[in-house]
Order: sequence, then C-alpha cells, then structure tokens
Amino acid sequence: MSNIDYSVKIPNNVDLSGDRTLQRALESWQPNFIQWWDDVGPEGSTNHDVYLRTAVSVDPQGWAQFGYVKMRDYRWGIFLNPADQERAIHFGDHKGEKAWQEVPGEHRANLRRIIVTQGDTEPASVEQQRHLGLTAPSLYDLRNLFQVNVEEGRHLWAMVYLLHKYFGRDGREEAEALLERQSGDENNPRILGAFNEKTPDWLAFFMFTYFTDRDGKFQLAALAESAFDPLARTTKFMLTEEAHHMFVGESGVSRVLQRTCQVMNELKTDDVAKLRVAGVIDLPTIQRYLNFHYSVTIDLFGADQSSNAATFYSSGLKGRYEEGKRSDDHALHDQRYKVLEVVDGKLQEKEVPMLNALNEVLRDDYIKDSNAGVGRWNKVMEKAGIDFRLIIPHKAFNRQIGALAGVRMSPDGRPVTEQEWQTRKDEWLASDADRAFVASLMQRCLAPGKFAGWIAPPVMGINRQPVDFDYVRFN
Amino acid sequence: MSTTTMIENGILNQHLIDPEICIRCNTCEATCPIGAITHDDTNYVVMADQCNGCMDCISPCPTGSIDNWRKVPVAEAYSLADQFGWEALPPELPPERLAAAALSSDAAGSAEVEDLSQAQAAIAAVAGLASNAGETREAEFRSAAFGATVPPWSAAHAYTNLYGPRNPVSAAVVGNINCTEAGFDNETHHIVLDFGAMPFPVLEGQSIAIIPPGVDANGRPHVARQYSIASARNGERPGYNNVALTVKRVMQDHEGQPVRGVASNYLCDLKVGDAVQVIGPFGHSFLMPNHPRSHIVMICTGTGSAPMRAMTEWRRRLRKSGKFDGGKLMLFFGARTPQELPYFGPLQNLPKDFIDNNFAFSRVAGIPKRYVQDVIRERAIDLAELLRDDNTHIYVCGLKSMEEGVVLALRDVIVQAELNWENVAAKLKQQGRLHLETY
Ligand SMILES: Cc1cc2nc3c(=O)[nH]c(=O)nc-3n(C[C@H](O)[C@H](O)[C@H](O)COP(=O)(O)OP(=O)(O)OC[C@H]3O[C@@H](n4cnc5c(N)ncnc54)[C@H](O)[C@@H]3O)c2cc1C
Ligand code: SF4
Ligand code: SF4
Repeated sequence: MSNIDYSVKIPNNVDLSGDRTLQRALESWQPNFIQWWDDVGPEGSTNHDVYLRTAVSVDPQGWAQFGYVKMRDYRWGIFLNPADQERAIHFGDHKGEKAWQEVPGEHRANLRRIIVTQGDTEPASVEQQRHLGLTAPSLYDLRNLFQVNVEEGRHLWAMVYLLHKYFGRDGREEAEALLERQSGDENNPRILGAFNEKTPDWLAFFMFTYFTDRDGKFQLAALAESAFDPLARTTKFMLTEEAHHMFVGESGVSRVLQRTCQVMNELKTDDVAKLRVAGVIDLPTIQRYLNFHYSVTIDLFGADQSSNAATFYSSGLKGRYEEGKRSDDHALHDQRYKVLEVVDGKLQEKEVPMLNALNEVLRDDYIKDSNAGVGRWNKVMEKAGIDFRLIIPHKAFNRQIGALAGVRMSPDGRPVTEQEWQTRKDEWLASDADRAFVASLMQRCLAPGKFAGWIAPPVMGINRQPVDFDYVRFN
Repeated sequence: MSTTTMIENGILNQHLIDPEICIRCNTCEATCPIGAITHDDTNYVVMADQCNGCMDCISPCPTGSIDNWRKVPVAEAYSLADQFGWEALPPELPPERLAAAALSSDAAGSAEVEDLSQAQAAIAAVAGLASNAGETREAEFRSAAFGATVPPWSAAHAYTNLYGPRNPVSAAVVGNINCTEAGFDNETHHIVLDFGAMPFPVLEGQSIAIIPPGVDANGRPHVARQYSIASARNGERPGYNNVALTVKRVMQDHEGQPVRGVASNYLCDLKVGDAVQVIGPFGHSFLMPNHPRSHIVMICTGTGSAPMRAMTEWRRRLRKSGKFDGGKLMLFFGARTPQELPYFGPLQNLPKDFIDNNFAFSRVAGIPKRYVQDVIRERAIDLAELLRDDNTHIYVCGLKSMEEGVVLALRDVIVQAELNWENVAAKLKQQGRLHLETY
C-alpha cells in the first residue's frame, strides 16, 4: 500500500509528503482503518454512491465540496485551521506565553489521554450507527447518516494524526487501540459510557446526534482553546463538521414531531394507542427518549468535581467553552462555582472552587445550548396548536457519574424512593415496549422524495438540491 | 469568490438567516472571512453593514438557513436588534414599497455597489448603521427611522463611488495639524489631502474612505475607514483640488479600554508629502440646500463637526460674494471641554449675525454637565420658529450614541410648539430635510 499518492488519497494541509516518518506511520495505520470500516462501518453500503460533502482544504471554498463518492473511497483528510505564529496561551497558569507547537514533556501523558478519549468517541458512534442504513426513512436521511459516518471517520483520522505526529510509539499504539476497542464490546468497550449504548432506531439516532454530538461540540470547543496549538487547530476545523451532525439531530426530531402533530390534528386525538396504530411516534415516547439521551449525555462531561479538570485548565490543555469571549481573569484561582449534591435525601447547592468544577461549568454551558434547541422543537407543537411541550429533565435525573450517580430523582428534580423509581421509570425513560414500538416503524423507504410515515420531509434539501434528489445511488 | 450585488438603486439585498431552520451551530460565524456574523443567546445574524455577499458561508452551513436574502430600502435595513428578536423571517416587502424607495434614492446612487468597502460605506452612510455589533441594538424609539434618504431639493448633484477598493486613487498630504488644544484628550487633526490632476469632485456632507496600509491581525488588508469631508466644494484652499478631514485619534474603544485605532492614528501621524489611498466619494443625501432662503440647523459632537464646518465654510464664501442674506445658520456643538472642541477658535470668530453658535460642554470643572440635547431644549422657541419654515434643514452628525437623544429633543421642541410630531417628522424625512449621520 505504500504507493498511494497521499496528497490525493488523504488530502491534507500538514505537508504529509514532507514528513517521511509520519507518512509511513499513517501508511501502516490506513489498511487497519479500512479493515475496521469494512468490518463495523455502515452495513451493506460498500457499493453505494453517496452525495457527500468532502473537505479538500480548510478555506470556505475547499471544505465543502459536494459530489458522489463511495464511502470507502471518501477522502478522509487531515486538516488543521491555519496557524497563527503569534498565538499566545490565553488561560491558565501559562497565560501570555507562546502557544506550544510541540508537546511539553510534563503534559505529555495528560494530552495523550485527552486526545485518545476524544478519538475514541469518533469510531464508536460509527459502530453504534452501523445498522441504521437498513432502516432509513428516506434517501435524504440515508445520505445524512452516511455523511455523519464519514465525518466521524475523518475526526478519527484527525486524532490519529496528532497521536502519530506528536506521541511517538505510544501514540502509534494508542492509534491501533482506537480500532480495537468496540462499542458495546464487553471485553474491550469504548472508553465513555454513552458510546457503548445502542443506537437501534432512527429516533435514537436523532436524539444521539442532537444531544451526544452536541457534547462533541462542547468538548471540541474546549479543546479548540488548548495551548497545544496543533490540537486547537485540529479541533477548530472539526467543529465546523460537527455542526452537520447536530443539524441531523435537531431537524430529525423536529420532523418527527411535525409528522406526529399532523396526524394528531388529522385524527383529532392525543390518544397514544390510536397514534401508534396510525404509525407515528406519540409525544410522550419522544419525551422519554429525550430524557434518556439527555441524561446519558450530560454524564459525558464527567464528575462535577474533578482535580483533573483543574489540572487540564491550569496547565492550558483544555479551556472553557468560548474561553476567548469571557471577561474574567482566565486563571480562576479565587473563583467559586455551584454544584449539586444530595444531603439527607435532599438536593442542595454547594459552592466549590471553580477550577475543580470546570466539568460542571462546561456541562452547564451545554445544558443552556441544548435547552435552546428544545425550545425550537416546542415551536412545532405551538404552531400545530398542540398543547404539549418537551422539557429537559432535571440535571440530577438518571445520572451515573459524579456526586449525583445513582441518586433517584424524578425528571422534575424530586428525590424519589427506589420503589417509586422502579414503578415509574418506564414513565420517565424509554421502556423496552417503547423501543419495540419505535423499532416496528423502522422500515426502509428509499424512493427519491418519499418519506416513511412517521417523519415529515425536510424543509429543504442538502446543498440547495431538491428534497427528491437522488442522494444515494445504489449499484 | 463570487460576490453578489448588495445595493442597487437604494435597495439593499440584505443577507439574513432563517431563525426557524438555523441550528445555531456557529459554522457561519467561524467561516465568514470578515466577521460579518454574530449571535446572541437566541439567534445567529448577519451584520448588514459588514457582509459583502462573498457567499463563503453558504455551502458550509449545514441547514441552508444562511442562504436568505430580502430586498429592503437601504435606510430600513433590518438592524441586529430586529434580527435578534425574530422567530421567523419577515415577509418580503411588497414591490410598490421597493419601487418607491428606489425612486427616491438619488440618481447617483444607481451606480452598482459591488464590493465590501463601498457597500459598507454606502450602507453606513445612508442608513446610519454602526459597524459595531453592540451598538446597533437600538432602543424602542428608532431614531434612525426619521433620517431622510433623499437630499434637499436644491442640493447640487453629487458624484459617488468614483474610486473603489480595487482602484483607489492616491492623494498627497498637504497639511496635517492638531486642531484641538495640544495635550488634551481627544486629540483631533485637521488633515488636507490633494488629488493633483485626478478628478475628485465632492460636496459638503459627503465622505471619503481611507485604506490604511498593512494588514490586520488575520493577515487581511485593513478595511477602509470613512471620514466626512470638512472642506467646501471648491477645496480647502479655494480653487485647488483638495479636501480637508477632521480626524480624531482613537486611543480608547467605546468602552474606554485602551486601543490604538488603526486608521485614525495612521492619518494623524502622516507627514506632508505622504501618499494616501482613497476611495469614494460617498453619500448622496446628507447634502446642503443651495437655495438662498434655506436655513441650516447643525447638531454635532466631536468629529461630527466635519460636515458642519464644510457647510459653514461654503456659506461663508457665498455670503462674501453677496448671496444668502436670508438663510440662517444655527449650530449646536457638544464636546467635553472647549479645549477638545475641534475648530473652537475659528468658530468663535465668525460673526454672530452669520451663525448662531450653541455649545454644550459635559466635563468642565465647576459647571454642570450639558449635552447638545439640553441646549436644543433651551433654544426651543427659536428652533420652533425655524421648524415652522419649510426652508429649514437639519443635520445631525457625530457618535452613534448621540442620535437618539437628539431626535427625542427635536420631538420635544416640536411637541412643545404645538406642532404634530408625526406629521413634521414625516415631512422632514420625505423632503430630505432631516439628515442623520452617526458612527
Ligand atoms: C459616515 C462616517 C463618517 C465618519 N466621519 C468621521 C470623521 O469625520 N472623523 C473621524 O475621526 N471619524 C469619522 N468616522 C469614524 C471613522 O470612520 C473611524 O471609525 C474612526 O476613525 C476609527 O477608526 P480607527 O481605524 O482609528 O479605529 P479602529 O481600529 O477601527 O477601532 C479601534 C477601536 O476603537 C473603537 N472606536 C472607533 N471609533 C471610535 C471613536 N470615535 N470613539 C471611541 N471608540 C472608537 C472601535 O470600536 C474599536 O474598538 C466616520 C464614520 C462613518 C461611518
Ligand atoms: S451555519 Fe447555518 S445553521 Fe449554523 S449557525 Fe450559521 S446559519 Fe445557523
Ligand atoms: S456572504 Fe460572506 S461576508 Fe456575508 S456573511 Fe457570508 S461569509 Fe460573511
């Protein structure tokens, strides 16, 4: 495989051909990546020509090129946002010093860990979504799924590039391991919990891309502030692609809601049983899916108090969301932040040093952002004249990580007994019966311009193409 | 780079984001090469006075919501505050409205505006939009809505957009002096530029733009900055092809944080003989009336005095030659201290029967703060008399922050005179007799 012209195969702006060692390292990694894609990537899709967006450079003209591509031949490129030679570290204890172009020895282990953790999520979601193509509600949706998949693949490349380029043998080993762990594998699972959950149906996929890919946005945004310049520049570019994933989720759920509301109005009913017979997903079920995905995702931000988070920040490895736009001292030594804890069965707020609460700070930024989108979903019901609003559950609901782990809470933040939890949890979280019902709706619908009965068509197509465009061609 | 035409015949093709579809992903803001996109907690919006229609943001946007355009009269461009408040895009304006606006825009404005600085300049000049995101949030009372987009009927014909950013004209510095008292804050320079043999016809009230040399922090050439012309139409030195500018050295931003303004410092530090890249001229409505019975009320702060100086000087020259016995001049001029007021000395030497000067100082030790609007209210009776006369034209120029207070004070004067504000304001606007230019 050594005769690949890497500038074509792997479009990049990191002068790959000028770095023989790196090129060789990636050359030996690439077949394993393709093997991984064939084994656990999108099922049964090898021969499809998919109308994909490919980045060939980071400038606005280059990074959104649309055309038919076989996913296996997608040009997983390595792109870093342009360098700013003068860039200085703008937070933490090294504030004002020049950003690092190489990994400082004392931060090596932590940086590697951060990159590996981020890298691990990218192939994981491809694995989680691998069967979804078989039940796509339309060509348009199928194309969007595939776009998400290839970009997750590209994000894996981005992290693998950093590991290979800056972390020597350790890095190469980590890069291999990224292809060896597998979502949901009992013996060798993905690092973070949410990435071992199944994404069995399209409602789960939309919730996942809305909530969990938004976690990606916030994590990437925090890394985009990093003092380690190559990481900052890589994640900045990844952020632009992450946007499409959140779009798939936000518009997907919105279209499901729209279709349900339409049928509710046609049948003049909010009777769940009748709606299910009519083949749409009832609103309470959508709320239960939301409760699940939201709570699992906010766990991804980690423990509410973490000395690692403090270290990452103070040493400049990972900033806050929009660090540059904040007006405090960017060192945070004397600042405090409120976290939740449970004392005598009651929730209460506790002030702790902000540096230790940075996971919570990021989680709260995330909550604000994701809640705003839920407000936009609610406009669908409002417009349809239906008196039902989705709400995000309480921060302490269904948590597995941090001080709130295992605390039994109702979605509205009321502590409940284990007994009440057990009797009511199917009211709050998608039950097996809910999932079985949703699964029963998942039938492939692939005529151009046609949509499965449980989802409305989108407002507009991709890249100004019509909605009934041939987004995927089957060979 | 494909660039759309942004303004034609006084109609702006305004770039907007559909808030119903946009997922607030920040891609457009990260992509826009000139930072024309911003957001608050609810919406992503495009700054009308910045966007040059380069289309870079269109294909990266994952939703298509970025690709929305509405035709609006330039002066009614949707402000940031409008856009932040939207839940859905506004409907298209009916064609009659646009046709009316297109007709009322000056013939000279029909020149197609194609690129950044011209669009930016034209929009800023005509609509009085601030280029700073924070500032464009207007209060409930939208003072900018009262400004005229047509010149007075007796104005001379203005040439606009003779030189664009891609074909600037070079001018030579022939004078540069500090026209405020040295050592005081708000140092302001009086700078004279000569165009030699190059045509550069201007009228009082127009502006030009200067391209500062070098590049900004992102390695892009600096955008041009606009400056009002401070000299009369026949030259700072009569009979010569030169113009004067009044440039305040910006050493603090609007929040008072230290910052070294790029263009203003470049200009203030120029030496006689230096060459400057100029584009323009701009503006085809903030023009003075020319009929002999016309009165001019001028309200300004700081460098907003530049166009007032130009008009005053033209009137002075005409008066010397025996015209304009009837036309009155009334000036309201605000500054922090007399020492910071540009042209304070020369102004005081003008005869009282030529110009009715009213100063307002807000920072003189020992005397209460006074702002221009306070003085306008004090002179309500004389002003009202002028306002009853259809020959009166009002010009407001200076920092954005003054505009609303001034228009509100004018409203008070009119209401106090038992005139109907709505009627008077509508008439002033239609007849090109109230002009607002704030930045
Ligand atoms: C139609 C029009 C006419 C104008 N006429 C004149 C004129 O006759 N004389 C004149 O001096 N200027 C005039 N201006 C303003 C001028 O175009 C520049 O904005 C100004 O000189 C600052 O440019 P700069 O490059 O020095 O500052 P920049 O480098 O652009 O800005 C530096 C910082 O200072 C802030 N800032 C900019 N201007 C000011 C200010 N005046 N006070 C406080 N903070 C500020 C900016 O927001 C920014 O944060 C006019 C503007 C317009 C739109
Ligand atoms: S890129 Fe599109 S969807 Fe994203 S914030 Fe901008 S307009 Fe909205
Ligand atoms: S069209 Fe160009 S200038 Fe306008 S918002 Fe988009 S990227 Fe920015």
